[in-house]
Amino acid sequence: MTWGIIIAIVLVLFIFTLLTLGEGLLKVTASQAGEDTSDYSVLPTNLQSLLGLGKKKGEYVPDDATVKRFSRGFDVNLAGGPSLGQTGIREVRSATYALKPKDFVGMSPIPKVMPELGATVKAGEPLFYDKAHPEIIYAAPVSGEFIELRRGEKRSINELVILADKEGMQYHKHEDLPNLETASRADLVDFLTASGAWPFLRQRPFDVVADPSMTPKSIFISTFDTAPWASDANLSVAGKEAAFRKGLEALAMLSGTKVHLGVNALATETPSDAFLTAGEVEGVEVHYFKGQHPAGNVGVHIHHIDPVLPNGQVVWHTDVHAVLLIGQLLLEGIFDTSRVIAVGGAELPGEEGYYARVHQGIHIAALLEGMADDMTTEKAYVRNAEGQKEEKMVEVRSIRIVSGDLLSGKQVERESFLSFYDDQVSVVKEGNYYELFGWLVPQTGHPTRSRTFPGGFFPDTHYVPDTNTNGEKRAFVMTGEYESVLPMNIYPQHVMRAILAKDFEKMEGLGLLELGEEDIAICEYVCTSKQPLQAILREGLDELRAQ
Amino acid sequence: MALIDFWKRIEPSKENQFLHATYDAFFTFMFKPNLTTKGKGVHIRDAMDLKRTMFHVVIALQLCLLVGTFNIGHQHFVALGIHTGFIEAFHLKLVFGLVQLLPIVIVANVVGLGIEFYFAARRGHAVEEGFLVSGMLIPLIMPPDIPLWMLALAVAFAVVIGKEAFGGTGMNVLNVALLARVFIFFAYPTEISGDGPWVAAWTMFEDETTKVLYKGADYYWAHTMFNPLFEAAGWSTFVQGTPFVAGYSGATPLALGAAQGWAQVDAATGEVTGGILSQYSALQMWMGGIPGCIGETSKPAIIFGAIFLLITRVASWRVMLSFVIGTALTGMIFNAWDATVFMNVPWYQHFGMGGLLFAMAFMATDPVTAAQTNRGKIIYGFLIGFFGMVIRVMNPAYAEGWMLAILLMNVFAPLVDHYVLEGNISKRLKRAKEYAK
Repeated sequence: MTWGIIIAIVLVLFIFTLLTLGEGLLKVTASQAGEDTSDYSVLPTNLQSLLGLGKKKGEYVPDDATVKRFSRGFDVNLAGGPSLGQTGIREVRSATYALKPKDFVGMSPIPKVMPELGATVKAGEPLFYDKAHPEIIYAAPVSGEFIELRRGEKRSINELVILADKEGMQYHKHEDLPNLETASRADLVDFLTASGAWPFLRQRPFDVVADPSMTPKSIFISTFDTAPWASDANLSVAGKEAAFRKGLEALAMLSGTKVHLGVNALATETPSDAFLTAGEVEGVEVHYFKGQHPAGNVGVHIHHIDPVLPNGQVVWHTDVHAVLLIGQLLLEGIFDTSRVIAVGGAELPGEEGYYARVHQGIHIAALLEGMADDMTTEKAYVRNAEGQKEEKMVEVRSIRIVSGDLLSGKQVERESFLSFYDDQVSVVKEGNYYELFGWLVPQTGHPTRSRTFPGGFFPDTHYVPDTNTNGEKRAFVMTGEYESVLPMNIYPQHVMRAILAKDFEKMEGLGLLELGEEDIAICEYVCTSKQPLQAILREGLDELRAQ
Repeated sequence: MALIDFWKRIEPSKENQFLHATYDAFFTFMFKPNLTTKGKGVHIRDAMDLKRTMFHVVIALQLCLLVGTFNIGHQHFVALGIHTGFIEAFHLKLVFGLVQLLPIVIVANVVGLGIEFYFAARRGHAVEEGFLVSGMLIPLIMPPDIPLWMLALAVAFAVVIGKEAFGGTGMNVLNVALLARVFIFFAYPTEISGDGPWVAAWTMFEDETTKVLYKGADYYWAHTMFNPLFEAAGWSTFVQGTPFVAGYSGATPLALGAAQGWAQVDAATGEVTGGILSQYSALQMWMGGIPGCIGETSKPAIIFGAIFLLITRVASWRVMLSFVIGTALTGMIFNAWDATVFMNVPWYQHFGMGGLLFAMAFMATDPVTAAQTNRGKIIYGFLIGFFGMVIRVMNPAYAEGWMLAILLMNVFAPLVDHYVLEGNISKRLKRAKEYAK
């Protein structure tokens, strides 16, 4: 018995020595060939982080900066992601652009539309406002003719469509730009609400548009997005560092205490200097985070630096595009909604995604040129009027288009438009097919985190996804799965139970106010019981908001 | 596609609910359904689902099942005094074990699944796969000679009262497999105690010459139909009426330990005269050649299953680790106290006795009935270890404590979770008050 243990220990040590020696020799050979070996390892990445090996942080991180490392989380690696490729960032324009009032939480179903149908609007001119908050103006993203008001059920407004000018862009020129050195906070708030830039600021809890009458305890910006096929903020900010800095100064004035900028501590490419040197602006702090998704979510940053507490105080958050827009507004007086978005998916032509510079509210079809049709016909058995089963050809969807990422985005049609807060579009194959013993076989080619598949041991594998639920909805059975992917001190399963039981005190006490749909999306992805967590969360948030 | 077409064509209408529920259960067993994510929420889902989780627990149990089946046969022949080597007469023991085991597995699954199908039809939802695991666990914790009608009653009780009354899979408070066992424990205590159930297939024979009744092996067609096969191969066969060894007690190590402790050593000669060591060696208890419930005897098989579950992250390592620590600490306390003979069994030997490892690997780790917070799981596992050892060592009536300890902690698990959550809530509210100022 003791001999067995000794032999086992010797064997383990032997294999370990072999691996380390082999790795060292490989590194020597590779560096002699001129390769970068700083993050090279024989072991897969998850084992590396488990053993404390691998790169700790990027070279660009200053030595005195503390890096917050999240051990929980899961990167969903999917094939077909965006790449700069041969053409770099494509310039894409569409004939029509639109704003969708339903993108805003709490917006009344019929907001007050300002221009008449058929009127010419310039970029930055008011388009509509919410009667509950008339001071916040929602402005036109591009210049052109306001051609259509698309309505949904009960006369609610779905889209306000603008036929864009074919050449050039007419910007509404703002005069009397507030000088940040001399102007008061109230002046700045008035300017931003009237210029159409205000809706870019969102408020936690509830993710509603920020309330101009309140002062937030801090403002958060995340410069990196860890969602699958996410866009790259470095591409947007390239060349616009001055505008970024001006925007930060404006936000520092709006914040009650500070502006917190979240930067990736272990990015493959060095983040823009605009982010790294942001600490030079008074009132701005740069924080470094390292971890798998959702490490890039602003909700996670807020939780770890200045959490939203159930005491009435609010936190505002926004993204890099908004800071650039506000900066440009204050520097040049124009409302420029252009941004670099990512279009991802294996269904795109070339089976690869791309980056595009577009204006906000672009028509989705313009981004998906050359992609196959999203509807097909197939055979199905339906019951006719007599209750008999008969064969029929029915039209089914074959490709799904999502504005946003595949975890928390919203499904859109080809005829629809990019949502206000999104900077990516994802396309994914529909998974409405049966698989023989699909739940049983060792490897199926679907993305997974579970170690019951051999793929689970190699998390760097990129899969082609589809929308199959991979199982039916069940009651909550497995425990600890949500906690293992959410890097927050919150018990997500119990928050869900409190929402389902409509226990308001427990909801608040357990931290529901700190969560947004994008934070709970990764929990919903790994859920074994296929529960609709984001829908439950939104229900809970809406009920608390109504209180 | 032809197979799917066939299935789709024979789909019964929803009017006959029971038929449709049965059809649905078998259809989803064969095919992963074509459901896609709705437009709200995530658009892609992980490939893992509950069926796969349950299936992997069943896989983890297979080695225990195999070795346990073989052990049934082995114990039978040990009682007869023939083929006493563990792997001697491999074919006879395997056949005997299977003949004993298969009816138990079939009855447990048919009764349990039948009840589940009925409830699924009545409630209008799909048959949920929670019973796949319980159907495999229940045979493993039963004594080999359990009467089948008793088993059926126990399974019906466990599924109806323990699971369906609370709402089905995922809603039960108490561990379903343990409920079946505890039903038999409390309702038919004499039938499962003593030496009877651990050694199977016997009846009283009358010796023709001396007219004395003796206990002999009683085989029926399921055994004897293999005899021609074995004879043709030149192997040993089942012999009807083989007498049992006189005075064979068939006592489990636990029963021995409760009565006589670990080892009673003769002061003069240094020989072991009583206690567990007089009948079984520590290695034998570890490897599994001892009487006991079907699945709990072979410890390496259980450990293999446990490691499998840990690597695939199906079971929680926190529960297992804290369970082991709780057991070890309590065992050490008892060793120090040393008031009864059972207490002087060394604490590390307890792991090889009874259903301890089985309970640790498969019963305590049931995610629905265990504590659901990570911190709670540690407390839960530790307390199961503690209470289980206390009941085992200090219980005068029945020297095994795990099913009672686990059921007790199942009842208290929500309380443990409540206090963990209260801690989280009060910390948050305290901070809220501080920062509001």
